[in-house]
Amino acid sequence: MCGIVGLFAKSPDVELRLGALLGEMLGQLADRGPDSAGIALYREPAALGSTKLSLFSADPDENWAAVGNATVHASHAIVEIEGSADAVVARIRAEHPHLRVMSAGDRIEIYKEAGDPRAFVERFGLRTMAGSHGLGHTRMATESRVTTEGAHPFSTGLDLCLVHNGSLSNHNRLRRALQREGIAFQTENDTEVAAGFLEWRLREGDALPEALERCLVELDGFYTFAVGTADGFAVLRDPIACKPAVMAENDDWVAMASEYRAIAVLPGADAAEVWEPEPARVYSWERAKV
Amino acid sequence: MAVAGAIEAVDLAETTLRDLNRRLHEPDPAPRWRVAHPSGAHSVAVGIDADIEVDVDGHVGYYCAGMNKRATVRVHGNAGVGLAENIMSGTVVVDGYAGQSCAASGRGGLVVVRGDASARCGISMKGVRIVVEGSVGHMSAFMAQKGALVVCGDAGDALGDSIYEARLYVRGSVASLGADCVEKDVRAEHEAELAELLGRAGVDAEPAEFVRYGSARRLYNFDVDDAA
Repeated sequence: MCGIVGLFAKSPDVELRLGALLGEMLGQLADRGPDSAGIALYREPAALGSTKLSLFSADPDENWAAVGNATVHASHAIVEIEGSADAVVARIRAEHPHLRVMSAGDRIEIYKEAGDPRAFVERFGLRTMAGSHGLGHTRMATESRVTTEGAHPFSTGLDLCLVHNGSLSNHNRLRRALQREGIAFQTENDTEVAAGFLEWRLREGDALPEALERCLVELDGFYTFAVGTADGFAVLRDPIACKPAVMAENDDWVAMASEYRAIAVLPGADAAEVWEPEPARVYSWERAKV
Repeated sequence: MAVAGAIEAVDLAETTLRDLNRRLHEPDPAPRWRVAHPSGAHSVAVGIDADIEVDVDGHVGYYCAGMNKRATVRVHGNAGVGLAENIMSGTVVVDGYAGQSCAASGRGGLVVVRGDASARCGISMKGVRIVVEGSVGHMSAFMAQKGALVVCGDAGDALGDSIYEARLYVRGSVASLGADCVEKDVRAEHEAELAELLGRAGVDAEPAEFVRYGSARRLYNFDVDDAA
């Protein structure tokens, strides 16, 4: 099962309401994934020379002020720290080893938690968050435990994240191969391996569409992926296409979801162009460069 | 009490789906229904067993008009996975596209899709007749046992894989044929069936433009050479 949603704003109004709309979409797919929920939002960039981190603490009394100037959302905090991503992440791991780095980059923010997706939307204050694009996931766990760490989205590379409906069968072998390439993993989860695979391909010089084409060759299993980068998002279904996906577009937004009912809540959905993405075909959108 | 000629209007933004389906299942339901705001809901107008007409204005989710008997259900929008699955009789028409496994296991009746139908259209069909104005995805008519599938566009990979019987008519290209599915002659009775189905579906196409595919019947019996 599992449900995935993606929303890409094409108008300033939808940018302002991105969190609220994504939250509505996520709520529609709560019954496809009642175990956990998560979202990745692409928001205002970090200051020049700084890195934006999404951090998770299992301690409800976490002293976030000790980490830096933090914006706290339930168990997560967004912190902007001066320095390169590598240096900043290394420093957090050394000085605050109990914190988990959920994402690092210029724009990305990740929030995820075990538990009911509708409660998640409220607890993290999703309704007031603006952004250019975002992805969400409701999880029905198959390949690893129901924990905050096992919830989607997974981010391994900078500003890169992945949500997944399906299961991969060659993730253990692929994880070992990627570890030899220097890709680090935080969990035993299959989806994190797919995110790591994309990070590796992008590092080797592939553009996102090329990297996704390589997934068709290297990944064994069932998947509908939605992938976010700083500037855009992409969708890919495996060639067998057991896992559902619907896409829709109008002048204000591009959306994807496991089922149409998650898109039906968007303004103007009735009149939008709606289609089912073809198996083994990469669909991608990019924000206009500012 | 139903008034003759009146249309029962149901707005799914105000009425629950369960209530709609319960009313459709009552003995002697109203002859005509109009359903608004389906908003991608699953199982809209399933299990009807009556000579009635139901028009749905908007996109529906999974299993719309499943197990349909006698009724005519028209969806003025797209349909998700499993449209008219296990249809017994009657007619189901979708103006937009149909998701995977359209008319799966259908035993009778007619299913018309004006747009494309996705993968596994007519999987395990057992007598249903399907007309797709657009194209169908991979593994369509997989293990088809009886009935007819008319594709006015193209067919994806492995058309008719492991087909027992059933007549498959494709006007465009076929990406590949599945195991034991072969091209066959179009005889007079096939042209007549095509003309009838295209006419009933309201599709403007010439029967002569279609190629027929069907079972080579080589999988009916065990072949010792297949034993590993």
